[in-house]
Amino acid sequence: MSYAVFSSFNYWMVIVLMMTGFFIVIAQGNMVKKVFGLNIFQVSVFLFYISMSPIEGGTPPILDERFELYSNPLPHVLILTAIVVGVAGMALGLALVVRIKAAYGTIEEDEIERLEEEMP
Amino acid sequence: MIAVYWQTAMAWLTQLEPHFAPLQVAIPLIAAPICVLIRQRRIAWFFTLVVTWVTFAIAVALLVQVRSSGDISYAIGGWEPPWGIEYKVDLLSALVLVIVAGIAAAVMPFARVSVEREVPNPRIYLFYTMYLLSLAGLLGITITGDAFNLFVFLEISSLSSYVLISLGRDTRALTAAFRYLILGTLGATFYVIGVGMLYMMTGTLNIADLATRLPALQNLRVVEAALAFLLVGVGLKLALFPLHTWLPNAYAFAPTVATIFIAATATKVSVYVMIRLLYTLFGGTDFFATTGVDEALVGLGMVGMIAAALIAIFQRNVKRLLAYSSVSQIGYMVLGLALGNVAGLTAAILHIVYHALMKAALFMAVGCATTQARVVQIEDLAGLGRQMPVTMASMVVGILSLIGVPLTVGFVSKWYLLQAAFVAGDWAIALVIVASGLIAAVYGWRVIEAAYFTDAPEGRAEVAEAPLSMLVPLWLLTGLCVLLALNAEWTMTLAEEAARALMNGAAAGVVP
Repeated sequence: MSYAVFSSFNYWMVIVLMMTGFFIVIAQGNMVKKVFGLNIFQVSVFLFYISMSPIEGGTPPILDERFELYSNPLPHVLILTAIVVGVAGMALGLALVVRIKAAYGTIEEDEIERLEEEMP
Repeated sequence: MIAVYWQTAMAWLTQLEPHFAPLQVAIPLIAAPICVLIRQRRIAWFFTLVVTWVTFAIAVALLVQVRSSGDISYAIGGWEPPWGIEYKVDLLSALVLVIVAGIAAAVMPFARVSVEREVPNPRIYLFYTMYLLSLAGLLGITITGDAFNLFVFLEISSLSSYVLISLGRDTRALTAAFRYLILGTLGATFYVIGVGMLYMMTGTLNIADLATRLPALQNLRVVEAALAFLLVGVGLKLALFPLHTWLPNAYAFAPTVATIFIAATATKVSVYVMIRLLYTLFGGTDFFATTGVDEALVGLGMVGMIAAALIAIFQRNVKRLLAYSSVSQIGYMVLGLALGNVAGLTAAILHIVYHALMKAALFMAVGCATTQARVVQIEDLAGLGRQMPVTMASMVVGILSLIGVPLTVGFVSKWYLLQAAFVAGDWAIALVIVASGLIAAVYGWRVIEAAYFTDAPEGRAEVAEAPLSMLVPLWLLTGLCVLLALNAEWTMTLAEEAARALMNGAAAGVVP
């Protein structure tokens, strides 16, 4: 029974990471922490894709007549793209936080909300 | 001499014609980095103008091609689908391409004055770069036949629209962009999780191929979970009530040109993606009948139609008022597509087109007023009915269309939606549709009252009418709002054919 848990260990970790990231995004008021929570959330999805590609008894996807069963290389390619997208999003998020800090003097969500309520 | 040039150009065009599908996305995508190199703001503007017009011409050519010779399928790089990435143009995607590229092209003449007024001068070329990237992303979402490629384009258009929003003058534009970034990235990641689950079960990413494989797997919990993830992800992107919280501030504090473009196209393309998911990707399965997805969407659509319209009544900021009205109007589209009959789907498709036109016209009118008289709050509109008659007249037409008064396009799509409600046999839905129109009349009246029945505040300098470069695009779109209602057949037949093709494809279990 415990064996069944370990056979899908990656997926359990994906769920743990995903919920951790999601919780940080929702619960944290600090904008930098929000961005990093978002990153953890995304990384869990990368792990999810990578975990689905190996095949039992499969070799790395290298063409050679000695091997017949290959693992699927496509998820890696997809996730390479997704990583680039994630980095761009994180960079943009952090850049916005810098600008927000300059404009409001704080990066705490509740304090910014209070400041914004006073604006017309 | 000229004849020779003409012939060479025509020969070129016929050679290029089979490649219009990838060019549709490639041209704005490649133009964006060139725009960075240009730097000079006027040249950057003119360059973007030309690129958007060429893009629009290609979109129209694609629509004509689809009408005359059926769906287009293009294998990128010569890799046959389902292995390679496929670009697929059918009637629905061609229609959405035309409306997205058309709005982008119509906004550009308007943009020169407005952007110079609202965006800091050294950053103007970056504004146009992001505008082109966002356009490329939206066109890519519409044209691609690959589920993962769709995610990449979704992120291209989203990331660039966060930047567009953050360029607004108000500091609240920054926080609005940040909140949109958080929720938008969550939405896109939810979408990727859904696609990953489908890939795990089927081993394919091509939407048409997925559609043929899913019916055999529909009893699996993984596939159900995938549908849930996909719908929540896209729901965040299209600002489905109650996932709309990012939208009002983003629209209110972005530069006007960004607001016009994003309001008219981004959410509409997301509605298109939802139609694709439900009717093409999951079209062969019987999720509609078994999982209650349709009831949930009908319910959320109706709540959104009423609640967002009620919130709109109490807004002071004009752009925020129109933003909440957008959330309410998105409810119409979601309601239409969730009703599951041809009339409803036609109404949703028609409303994608019509709402893009009227919201673009309304935000343009606000843009004219902002440029000439620094209008932010509704009170600032006081007396402008007399001082800017041309702008305000178009505002009135736009508002009448939002309400759904006959002789405007809003009436046509609402008429179809009512028919769909009667076909579904639900009087409550019809009542909600009418009620939402009445609430729209209340918030619309607030704007009209301020513009026409309030005297201009004393001490304000005489306000001049907006320049012609802004009025011509404004009235082009406003004119279309009336013209397409008077000659409703043209868009109606297109939308109805597209809806029927989707329905038949879904019923047959294969993609048309």
